[in-house]
Amino acid sequence: MIEFEGIGHRYGEHAVLDDVTLRLTEQRVAFVGANGSGKSTLARMINGLVHPTGGRVLVDGVDPARQGRAVRNRVGFVFTNPDSQIVMPTAGEDVAFSLRKKGLSRAERERRASGMLARYGLAGYEEHPAHQLSGGQKQLLALCSMLVLEPDVLVCDEPTTLLDLRNKRRFVELLEQLPQQIVLVTHDLDLLGNFDRVVVLDEGRVAADDLPEPALEHYRKLIS
Amino acid sequence: MTPLGLYQPGTSVLHRAAAGHKFLALLALAVLIFVVHSPVWLGVTALAVTLGYPVARVSPRRCLQLVRLLVPVLGLVFAAQWWLVGFDSAAVVCLRLLVTLGAANLFTLTTRVDDLVTAVERGLRPTRRFGVRPERLGLLVGLTLQAVAALSMIAGQTREAQRARSAERSLPAFAVPFLIRTLRHADELGEALAARGVDDD
Repeated sequence: MIEFEGIGHRYGEHAVLDDVTLRLTEQRVAFVGANGSGKSTLARMINGLVHPTGGRVLVDGVDPARQGRAVRNRVGFVFTNPDSQIVMPTAGEDVAFSLRKKGLSRAERERRASGMLARYGLAGYEEHPAHQLSGGQKQLLALCSMLVLEPDVLVCDEPTTLLDLRNKRRFVELLEQLPQQIVLVTHDLDLLGNFDRVVVLDEGRVAADDLPEPALEHYRKLIS
Repeated sequence: MTPLGLYQPGTSVLHRAAAGHKFLALLALAVLIFVVHSPVWLGVTALAVTLGYPVARVSPRRCLQLVRLLVPVLGLVFAAQWWLVGFDSAAVVCLRLLVTLGAANLFTLTTRVDDLVTAVERGLRPTRRFGVRPERLGLLVGLTLQAVAALSMIAGQTREAQRARSAERSLPAFAVPFLIRTLRHADELGEALAARGVDDD
């Protein structure tokens, strides 16, 4: 369970989040909002990449601002641009890189990395240069590198923004099938039909918090 | 465009050699090259390095790419050195450059970064008692190699954007977006590493 208790955040003078209180217990939650609405900042607080300047976040009772390491062990994060999150030259090495600190043998790391790639449609790409994969494949690789750590929660910050329509759909369908709790920040409203809850943020506040249909209707009115 | 020196999978002797040994050999070669002054011996070394390419079964396309990059650089250095210092010295400098660049490129073509990182970590393990953190240094080596690919990709994309606006000759039109994108890449990479728990030990 992810709890936001009276979250406020400012960059200098500029307030990006103002008194946000949420308890996320659902399996699939989406954050929707205009650019600058604070949704990415809120998502980054879940694994302690950003610390709130007011209020606190709890992930299953643990505060990421105090125990960042413990929380990051359990919360995976997928970013918008896969080029920045792929840190090793080949696909297999990048997935294996996540496992470095697990104290596994090289053979075991490679075996798990291969298994992960095969499961998400990248079988045989172990030695393929990661930066020569297509955009959709790169994002799948970024996902594999996170899932290989078997997190309980997966936060995705606009992971489909750079993908074409077919890959967007595939990626979100994949997210829906994962056992993890998913927090998806997105602009792709059409893909949220199967989500359990949609939180609409507007100028740092919760403007709507509902099932996808009513929440998105509210959002469309808000921006029109 | 393929960035220079990206790992090319293979099963040759050079691919199978231990990453740590190859790395030490590369360092030793670099030192040796600056001790040796004889153009003949430098020429022999250059020939040996060149022979490493067919041994590693590097694709002709990759070789051509390297030649296309090296020839103008070496030509320029040679001309300048010849004019300033003399023919012999120009030959020595160029042969040294040829050997080091050729060998370093051969090393990255045949070595997986993951193996190099592991080798560096293992090799530096005894220094732990002096407060060195081998896994940090291993990661540093890996990220340095990766940075070459990342920066050449950003440079390529920036040049395309420059061309699209017909501003090929403007230095600011290249330098400003290149710097900004590089800094942003650094920020994003830092965040991604933090999200993967790299700074948590």
